[in-house]
Amino acid sequence: MATRQTQLLARTLLTPAVGLLFIWMIVPLALTLYFSTLHYSLLDPGSESFVGLENFRYFLTDPAFLASLQNTLVLVGSVLALTVLLGIPLALLLDQPVIGLNIVRLMVIAPFFVMPTVSALVWKNLLMHPVSGLFAWIASVFGLTPIDWFNDMPLLAVILIVSWQWLPFATLILLTAMQSLDEEQKEAAEMDGASAVSTFIYITLPHLARPITVVILIETIFLLTVFAEIYVTTGGGPGLSTTNIAFLIYSQALIQYDVGTASAGGLVAVVIANVVAFFLVRIVGRNLEA
Amino acid sequence: MARIATRQRVVVSTIGAWFFGFLIFFPILWMVLASFKTELEAFAIPPSFLFFHWTTENYATVQERSDYFHHALNSIIIAGGSTLIALLIAIPAAWSMAFSPTKRTKDILLWMLSTKMMPPVGVLVPIYLIYKTFGLLDSRIGLVFILCLGNLPIVIWMLFTYFKEIPRDILEAARMDGATIGRELIYVLTPMAIPGLASTMLLNLILAWNEAFWTLNLSTSNAAPLTTFIASYSSPEGLFWAKLSAASTLAIAPILVLGWFSQKQLVRGLTFGAVK
Repeated sequence: MATRQTQLLARTLLTPAVGLLFIWMIVPLALTLYFSTLHYSLLDPGSESFVGLENFRYFLTDPAFLASLQNTLVLVGSVLALTVLLGIPLALLLDQPVIGLNIVRLMVIAPFFVMPTVSALVWKNLLMHPVSGLFAWIASVFGLTPIDWFNDMPLLAVILIVSWQWLPFATLILLTAMQSLDEEQKEAAEMDGASAVSTFIYITLPHLARPITVVILIETIFLLTVFAEIYVTTGGGPGLSTTNIAFLIYSQALIQYDVGTASAGGLVAVVIANVVAFFLVRIVGRNLEA
Repeated sequence: MARIATRQRVVVSTIGAWFFGFLIFFPILWMVLASFKTELEAFAIPPSFLFFHWTTENYATVQERSDYFHHALNSIIIAGGSTLIALLIAIPAAWSMAFSPTKRTKDILLWMLSTKMMPPVGVLVPIYLIYKTFGLLDSRIGLVFILCLGNLPIVIWMLFTYFKEIPRDILEAARMDGATIGRELIYVLTPMAIPGLASTMLLNLILAWNEAFWTLNLSTSNAAPLTTFIASYSSPEGLFWAKLSAASTLAIAPILVLGWFSQKQLVRGLTFGAVK
């Protein structure tokens, strides 16, 4: 079968990809590690000196770190909860006989294809603007005081925008999973007199356990580094109220030019992401064998 | 479907699905409508939904004042270039792993996946400094390179899952008939792989077009693609909503169309084959 020649060829074909990804992974990471042990400010070039773990101590004890860690967790957690909890009923609905389903599907998926800077600015200016946004007008129609989203509840505003972007992803994956569920199983349950609710709880939901896990893990990886939405709407503020870890590191690096601390922060972000990645890789790997 | 859908059920679920579908789509629709309003109307309260003075003036203004096509061209070059290069590197790799797997293939695949999980912000500092040193900041080539590397794992994974599904018997038969590896690749494999290649390309184009971490951090004007261009509207002067909407509509329209075509493959690509 596989002769030595084809084996050699296979290895040759694989090498560029493996080599590039290896360099891509190892060089910047090694540099980040190196910079993280230096006192290194772009505003004060030539003053680099070795400071050991000082940057980590500084980054981890900075009140901004705790605030941004909390914001990151709230952001990731809320978006996950919103997208999964809304995605399940939405996918269930789209799994029903619906006239014009293709068009509805297109409408539901659309937000996922909108670039983050566009969705953030459209939400901020056309919908959430406290004076002339659509939400403000709706509130006034019902005689309520319009909410000044980005001043009064900025983190919630960001959460809503990001959830809108990711709801299609969750819905689409859950819908795909539902459609692969054996119809006969559901029919049998119906014949045995199972109600729609118990069919859902005992048949559909267990079947969805794995896709839900996949949605949660993949979303988490992307949500941990939400950046553009914050960058164009709040710039991390007011104060630190919408600064997440990614934005904190960005501002330390490219606004305060503190390379050392930003690198230490970068490594912290890598560690956090790796915890999530570990579980995702295991799930995907198990699937690879099946 | 075997189950009989009663008429009542169809009506209820149709109304429900259309209602929620419309609700989710609404912000995009609202933006498109605003792009055809005058700035005053876009700002007006109560808002006008359809009965306003339709104008295409904003689209002309966006091009005149900010050279929209320059940024659109950047987007095309950066997304297209990075996708093309990623495919050129990924096709041989995925082919090799799908058809000549070794003991380590699984580990290599999972390792590639794990590089995608590295948060970009973790390497922002060194990449920024390297780019600064080599004069790659605000250059198209720099962005092509980084987006290509960033998406390479997904491209390899998608291609791998597609190649895996090509029946191996066909290859065996071709080999028996004395086809060389080159001929095998061109005459047998390529035609069967084209659908998979096309959807991989499509998904990668979408991801690269919408990428907004590296493009925001590494480009300012010359190489700025549409993501960065739109972000420049976040510090407005005067009334600008209609123009923002026009620029945004132009920026998302091509990708929305591509996305709708590729929706079937989307799930598989984004879940690394874990959900099909």
